[in-house]
Amino acid sequence: MTRPLSSVDIARRVARDIPDGSYVNLGIGLPTLVADVVGPDKEIVYHSENGILGMGPAPTPGEEDPELINAGKQPVTLLPGGSFFHHTDAFVMMRGGHLDVSVLGAFQVSEAGDLANWATDEAALPPAVGGAMDLAVGAKRVLVVTTHTTRDGRPKLLSRCTYPLTAAAVVDRVYTDLAVLDVCPEGFVVREVAPGVTPDALQAVTGARLRFAPDLTVVHAD
Amino acid sequence: MIDKRVATLAEAVADVADGATVLVGGFGNSGVPVELVHALLEQGARDLTVVTNNAGSGETDIAALIRERRVRRIICSYPRSAGSVWFEQFWHAGEIELELVPQGTLSERMRAAGAGLGGFFTPTGADSLLAEGKEVRVLDGRRQVFERPLPADVALVKADRADRWGNLTYRTAARNFGPTMATAAALTVVQVREFVELGALDPEAVVTPGIFVDRVVQVVV
Repeated sequence: MTRPLSSVDIARRVARDIPDGSYVNLGIGLPTLVADVVGPDKEIVYHSENGILGMGPAPTPGEEDPELINAGKQPVTLLPGGSFFHHTDAFVMMRGGHLDVSVLGAFQVSEAGDLANWATDEAALPPAVGGAMDLAVGAKRVLVVTTHTTRDGRPKLLSRCTYPLTAAAVVDRVYTDLAVLDVCPEGFVVREVAPGVTPDALQAVTGARLRFAPDLTVVHAD
Repeated sequence: MIDKRVATLAEAVADVADGATVLVGGFGNSGVPVELVHALLEQGARDLTVVTNNAGSGETDIAALIRERRVRRIICSYPRSAGSVWFEQFWHAGEIELELVPQGTLSERMRAAGAGLGGFFTPTGADSLLAEGKEVRVLDGRRQVFERPLPADVALVKADRADRWGNLTYRTAARNFGPTMATAAALTVVQVREFVELGALDPEAVVTPGIFVDRVVQVVV
């Protein structure tokens, strides 16, 4: 029986791949769960595009500082060793290749590692981009966290993105509720599958030719 | 004798002209110079180009400027947010122009202006729709798009403490665009929580040296 991974399970799986001592930016939405599940054995320095390093968890209710917010405009705290700096320096860190890991959400990822996560084909909304393009081109490793398909079952991992690109050839690894896949010169290589997911079933919901690692395993969240 | 302190918000924004390009600091609600923007609203300047990260929410500051039809154009990285109803309404009606700029590029364009540079190449957005119509070169094996500086007539900045030389410190993440915007405008106007005596700010800890600042007004909220 297929058991797709929960959001928390995906976050746990991502957290396992982040080395102790990494400088990490977590995108808004699903990626922020990663901070909640990184184990106490690791010291990770979280970066926020509005000028924070050493960002800590949400404050206890009633202790919020309205000026101390993260990129998603939610109140946060600052850990010992943390620092504040201006916006241009925050983006020096992002664009200049200083972040070890960027964890981003996606609408689509292509087998060439192209990322589409800022716009769809929906013309009714005003466009908005934020820091996504800077993160995508700058981080040493770009990890994408996403559902494997859209709500109505359409593939999000494709041979070519149909939505406007955030950046080309930037994604290193994709974590979905069904699998963990690397972007390699030959395209997507599946390293791990969720419990009960067969290669054929995974290929059926993917819009690009999948290759499967010889040592393919089941995803372990812990 | 140098004294950049002004007594009132009205005085701080008195000569902002119609058609001005105005940089407004802030990220979400953090670090927005709300009182200076409201003073600008009262002052009446219109046909403004506003440069800011978000396009306001609710009925205050930038949202109010838009609602009152003072803004012809907004240069911005993320105009949509919870409560950005006035921006969206004007955008849908074709009554406000939007120039969408990736956030890092927005910052760096203002820095380039303040720094006296003619422009720069960046990989950000080089493979996106936002590079359309711009020069793209392959540099060191990467596609990079040429971006021009973004100078302005006025910058409205929120800082924390200032002295009469206009030296500034900030508070937590409210700093954000302030230091860069302060360099990029012909007239930099700042609101602060507190004035201190000259020499009271630790020289090691001044974030914006007063050379970039023209006027400072105290706002106690």
